[in-house]
Amino acid sequence: MNPVVRWFHQLGSPPTFDRFAARWTPWCHGVALVLLGLGMWQALFVVPADYQQGDSFRILYIHVPAAWMSLLVFGLMAFYAAIALVWRIKLCEILAMACAPIGAAFTLITLATGSIWGKPMWGTWWDWDPRLTTELVLLFLYLGVMGLYGAIDDRRAAARAAGLLAIVGVALLPVIRYSVVWWNSLHQGQTIRMFGESSMDASMMLPLWLMVVATKFWFAGSLLARARADNLRRESGRDWVLRQAGAAP
Amino acid sequence: MTDTPPATSPLLAARGLGFTRNDEPVFGPLDLCVDAGEALLVQGDNGTGKTTLLRVLAGLLRADQGEVEIDGVTAGAMQRARAIAYLGHLPALKADLGAMENLQFLCGLHGRRPRQLPGNALAIVGLAGHEDTLARQLSAGQKKRLSLARLWLSPAPLWLLDEPYANLDLEGIELVNRMVGAHLRAGGAALVTTHGAYAAPPVRTRLLTLGATA
Amino acid sequence: MNAPTLASSARALLVRDLRLLWRRRGDAFQPALFALLVVVLFALSLGGEAESLSRVAAAVLWLSVLLAGLLSLDTLFRGDADDGSLEQWILAPVPLAWLVAVRVFSHWLATALPLIIATPLLGELLYLPSGQLPVLMASLLLGTPLLSLLGAVVAALTVGMRRSGILVALLALPLYVPVLVFGAGSVAASAQGLDAVGALLLLGAGLVVALVLAPLTAAAAIRIALS
Repeated sequence: MNPVVRWFHQLGSPPTFDRFAARWTPWCHGVALVLLGLGMWQALFVVPADYQQGDSFRILYIHVPAAWMSLLVFGLMAFYAAIALVWRIKLCEILAMACAPIGAAFTLITLATGSIWGKPMWGTWWDWDPRLTTELVLLFLYLGVMGLYGAIDDRRAAARAAGLLAIVGVALLPVIRYSVVWWNSLHQGQTIRMFGESSMDASMMLPLWLMVVATKFWFAGSLLARARADNLRRESGRDWVLRQAGAAP
Repeated sequence: MTDTPPATSPLLAARGLGFTRNDEPVFGPLDLCVDAGEALLVQGDNGTGKTTLLRVLAGLLRADQGEVEIDGVTAGAMQRARAIAYLGHLPALKADLGAMENLQFLCGLHGRRPRQLPGNALAIVGLAGHEDTLARQLSAGQKKRLSLARLWLSPAPLWLLDEPYANLDLEGIELVNRMVGAHLRAGGAALVTTHGAYAAPPVRTRLLTLGATA
Repeated sequence: MNAPTLASSARALLVRDLRLLWRRRGDAFQPALFALLVVVLFALSLGGEAESLSRVAAAVLWLSVLLAGLLSLDTLFRGDADDGSLEQWILAPVPLAWLVAVRVFSHWLATALPLIIATPLLGELLYLPSGQLPVLMASLLLGTPLLSLLGAVVAALTVGMRRSGILVALLALPLYVPVLVFGAGSVAASAQGLDAVGALLLLGAGLVVALVLAPLTAAAAIRIALS
């Protein structure tokens, strides 16, 4: 068998995944923190202030990576869920469900930073901007998946049901986005959109890319940590878990 | 009359069938087979997985390991649906509909054996005269008999009966045995679970006991 | 008859549901009564002046229909799940998605159609401008089946659960957003003098896609819920 395929199969075994996650989580978080530090230093101190918005635009360096992650994680969650539904691989069920809280957190950060960014511009903490409104609906989707997963007793059936919801959500997300944009154009007319696609100077891009990569590593570390916890919880009582916890089986 | 061994493959065969729930094994790797004209009696105490086994065989649950074959071929969903009639714990009767109306719906759903009518079936199970009685007004035993009437009308050759004797008096128990006997003589097969000391159908029976082995 | 066909099983299920509806025909008025309640509450909280009410009338009516539909979602599969009928649907030699589609249709007839018929009356209570009524009716006729189909997926996912209540609403809300936006939006567009046809066509297209995909998804969800 192809060594890569064999590695995937082995990874699916709970003790092997536990070791893999325990080993790589600190590295992922470590790299993320370094990149985060670099990116934030660049964003706050190195990059010059925007001629239109002054210093308040700097929050985009958190807002944009968080927004991208909120969407990416949802897609990844649906991807794992699809594999779990079709091939019934338990590890993919665990990974899919572990994605949900992390994605929800990124969505909350997006909403909060978007709101903070907007206050100096709009004068209010909220504006029914199409992007923020879509993020709000996305938050509901995440909360729905988490709520459904928590409400069913049988863990595997719960993961499959919540996974199916995630797949439905990812299919509907473009429709939701399009409908919100249409709704916005219908009711708000030609308001100047502040989160416009203004072209950014190359010097302003570096911190953005640093933050984007940092959030990816952070996500990977958190995903492994959460998946490891769920894995241990599901397997509690087994010999290998007892041995690891120090209790003799 | 000598018993010739069946030349065709068994009506239902399972190999290495296992099911787990919440990572606890409900029943371990099992092998079983039922030929046409045979009954398989599944015995075991409460909690040994009899109901789960029947639900896996019926297709309501997916087995974690092993295969189920119908007529020697690995069963697809439609094939299984056509071959199996399942009588579970819940009677699948609408409380607001009459006995005849319930049967008419269930026949529309599952199909009907040729030359059998809902009216006949009601008479056979002892519910003649109750055609228009609403299901909510029937006693537990009468509801069971109505389910048996639905079973009688089903065209499926394989009956999976989960605790068919529950809620029935002695006369009802004999009715079940008579029905199973007639069904087997017509070339069908039946899988019956029971945990009580009820009489088993007086036909060629195999025995499967769950929970005896680890 | 030996094996059931798609047509015969559909007819059997429709006959069953219509009979059940007739036996409990009092219940059929409940969604419409709830919508009336919502309308009354809106009028009480907004003040009864014609000018302020007529501006929001179409949106309030759409909301009332949506909320009434959300509440009635519980009755879609729960009765059949509780008495074991849903199991027999899975075991029937007919595609489960087909049975789900027929069931959603009969449920729509029982719950949404009375609402749509009541809409002109409710519109009077809110001083709905008469020019908006045709677009509103069209959007409801296209939108409510879409809500029923999307709601069926949510109802199927939660069919085994006792305490679903708010969770069902939470799950359904994101799925309902596009329907509400295009439905209520079509009336808003026509009120502004724009063409409502675009939004209505989008609703129609969504309905066609949902007619195929929603029953299949709900069937998969039912199997998961009953496992």
